[in-house]
Amino acid sequence: MAKSSATKDAQALFHSLRSAYAATPTNLKIIDLYVIFAISTALIQVVYMAIVGSFPFNSFLSGVLSCIGTAVLAVCLRIQVNKENKEFKDLPPERAFADFVLCNLVLHLVIMNFLG
Amino acid sequence: MEKATDLLSSSQSFFSLKSLKLKTKQQELLLRISILGLVYILAFITRLFSVLRYESMIHEFDPYFNYRTTLYLTQKGFYEFWNWFDSESWYPLGRIIGGTLYPGLMVTAAFIYWILRFLRFAVHIREVCVLTAPFFASNTTLVAYFFGKELWDTGAGLVAAALIAICPGYISRSVAGSYDNEGVAIFALLLTFYLFVKAVKTGSLAWSLGSALGYFYMVSAWGGYVFIINLIPLYVLVLLVVGRYSMRLYVAYNCMYILGMLLAMQIRFVGFQHVQSGEHMAAMGVFFLMQVFYFLDWVKHLLNDQKLFQAFLRITLTCAISVGVIALGVGTASGYISPWTGRFYSLLDPTYAKDHIPIIASVSEHQPTAWSSFMFDFHILLILFPAGLYFCFKRLSDATIFIVMYGLTSMYFAGVMVRLILVATPAVCLISAIAVSATIKNLSLLVRAKTKPTQAGSGKGTTSTKASSKGALDQSLPYQKNGAIALLVGAFYLLTRYAIHCTWVTSEAYSSPSIVLAARGAHGNRVIFDDYREAYFWLRQNTPQDAKVMSWWDYGYQITAMGNRTVIVDNNTWNNTHIATVGRAMSSYEDEAYEIMRSLDVDYVLVVFGGVTGYSSDDINKFLWMVRIGGGVFPVIKEPDYLVNGEYRVDKGAAPKMLNCLMYKLSYYRFGELTTEYGQPPGYDRARGVEIGNKDIKLEYLEEAFTTSNWIVRIYKVKAPKNRW
Repeated sequence: MAKSSATKDAQALFHSLRSAYAATPTNLKIIDLYVIFAISTALIQVVYMAIVGSFPFNSFLSGVLSCIGTAVLAVCLRIQVNKENKEFKDLPPERAFADFVLCNLVLHLVIMNFLG
Repeated sequence: MEKATDLLSSSQSFFSLKSLKLKTKQQELLLRISILGLVYILAFITRLFSVLRYESMIHEFDPYFNYRTTLYLTQKGFYEFWNWFDSESWYPLGRIIGGTLYPGLMVTAAFIYWILRFLRFAVHIREVCVLTAPFFASNTTLVAYFFGKELWDTGAGLVAAALIAICPGYISRSVAGSYDNEGVAIFALLLTFYLFVKAVKTGSLAWSLGSALGYFYMVSAWGGYVFIINLIPLYVLVLLVVGRYSMRLYVAYNCMYILGMLLAMQIRFVGFQHVQSGEHMAAMGVFFLMQVFYFLDWVKHLLNDQKLFQAFLRITLTCAISVGVIALGVGTASGYISPWTGRFYSLLDPTYAKDHIPIIASVSEHQPTAWSSFMFDFHILLILFPAGLYFCFKRLSDATIFIVMYGLTSMYFAGVMVRLILVATPAVCLISAIAVSATIKNLSLLVRAKTKPTQAGSGKGTTSTKASSKGALDQSLPYQKNGAIALLVGAFYLLTRYAIHCTWVTSEAYSSPSIVLAARGAHGNRVIFDDYREAYFWLRQNTPQDAKVMSWWDYGYQITAMGNRTVIVDNNTWNNTHIATVGRAMSSYEDEAYEIMRSLDVDYVLVVFGGVTGYSSDDINKFLWMVRIGGGVFPVIKEPDYLVNGEYRVDKGAAPKMLNCLMYKLSYYRFGELTTEYGQPPGYDRARGVEIGNKDIKLEYLEEAFTTSNWIVRIYKVKAPKNRW
């Protein structure tokens, strides 16, 4: 009985989430897709590491951190360009994107150095 | 309302500038920039006492290593430096220098040197090294100005810059010649904090990137970066707990953490510690917590339904917490996450080092701080600090919460270890600056207020602690004005005392190089003991190129840098066993010590002895630590053997083992023939004020090679083994 109510709850949750998400603007959805892609790449690498071993540890770290870093930066970008966030009203989306590109540049230059 | 013009009484004279048709805004700007420029110069020149008193030279112990590596870097280039295996120290092990040092300082100095050479200034690298710390202290004042401006207003920024420029707690580690990591690290520390606060305020990725780069510079310069990587997560956690979570915080922290961590991994000495050592796990935990928090916030925003969200929250929180706990548990159990290091423990528990790690406890700058040194290093700031905290709490913002946390935690650490007063200094200066600035501003508002009680009295008068504490209300306006004037005069008197105190401390206490000793002679003249350099020069000139010198580890860096000879142990205390072996040799009888020295290929033994000059930090006074460190690894060495009834003495009543151990013999060899002080028997030790107990010392396996003019450094040659026939 309790179990079925829990699944019902979960289903209701899922549905309402889905309907709420449908209202999101397209550019944010694209960023979300990008974030999901980056995170799943990181997960694949972690699973691969668990199977094969983490021997060139710096390579593993740079791979995973590159994905996580990309994801986090994209989430930051998403926060900044989201029009619903009142905190970032003064920040033009162009500036946010420029910052995002700059951070990514630094991130991936460091990753390239660290990849070994 | 003018800001900076209120602050200084001298501003009155600048009003004559009105003849130049400057507007008030411009006047204020001009005034601010000129004050900042003067502070910048002041911070530099107040640190030059040591150059004036002595000469342009490198001070103390560790700076000699930094100097040596910088020299190597400028001569051989970065690649060679990065891959440097040093066979001149830790004989016979050697040391991988490139992988075991923080290269920030050396690279900075070399960079300045190359720029100067490029501009055709023919400077010697030593001059650059000597002046690096004052130069960075000047830059710190600029950062302090901007930080103060961010925290409070421009006035507080200016006061902070002025306070930190002459604060003895900072000067102690940044006088000209003290070419040590801390010199640039405090600049990097404050810069990182400033940029992070700025990032939290604006929520901009660019500022956050800047703070990550500042963190990278800090990691490359000093091991104290652990403070940053723990304080910032703590700050984020506190903001979360008190409900000040914001998107700006998310942006600032995550970008800074990911980029900062990646950048820090590029320093080989730090390596993978950010993902493996327990000291860095707090930051990672907070990083994941932030993700969970953000995700929950987002879902809550999407759902707009309390009940559904509750269910969701339950599921996610249980999952997240259990995953985190399992990961931490598995990581610790499997040894993947290394436990906290001894230094870290000794910070959290001040008595830990004393019981477990004698090598940390033996260093004088790792001792708990005495009250007097707080007063000595901070002076009035110690009183202004709580006042500043009051003002911070009164106007709570993300930035002031940060500075309050920085101030409180660093104050705690300053109490645990003497050297960490340095870390607390910027926070104390900033918080005190807020107090000074706010008080003076309120007081001068009262003084300037003509007859507008409604405006000044109700609006600003209440924020002035001192004025309101006197109970001066709007009605008693004349008294209020007089009281304000009196308090202003008092505040200026205090600040003047502070400036005088700082100058006095700098010139008297913190400007001695400790490699050249100065004393007052009988007629009040200055006597210079230059024995160290005499001895090292002798080593350089008179011993074979490949000679190995054994000494206590304090002098290792100096011997390699100035004497250019191989040493057994040095100040990079990475191998406790090796140091313990030397400690064992020093505290054994001569024949046993000879065996050890033969096995280590020792050619010369160097001891520092202060019995003639009364120099108290010599090897006899450090000897108990040699016994303790030696005994920690080799149980044959027992501390009670060297003590009589728990008392350490060198006179006739000393323990027999003490009177015949190698250190005693080498220090007091032929000392019994020397009369050091009028009216005392020969062999009177002036450092300890006793007549020595063993005046007839015969050396069997060593011979005296060189003793400096004031007997401070004595060098002995280890004899070759006897012929078998």
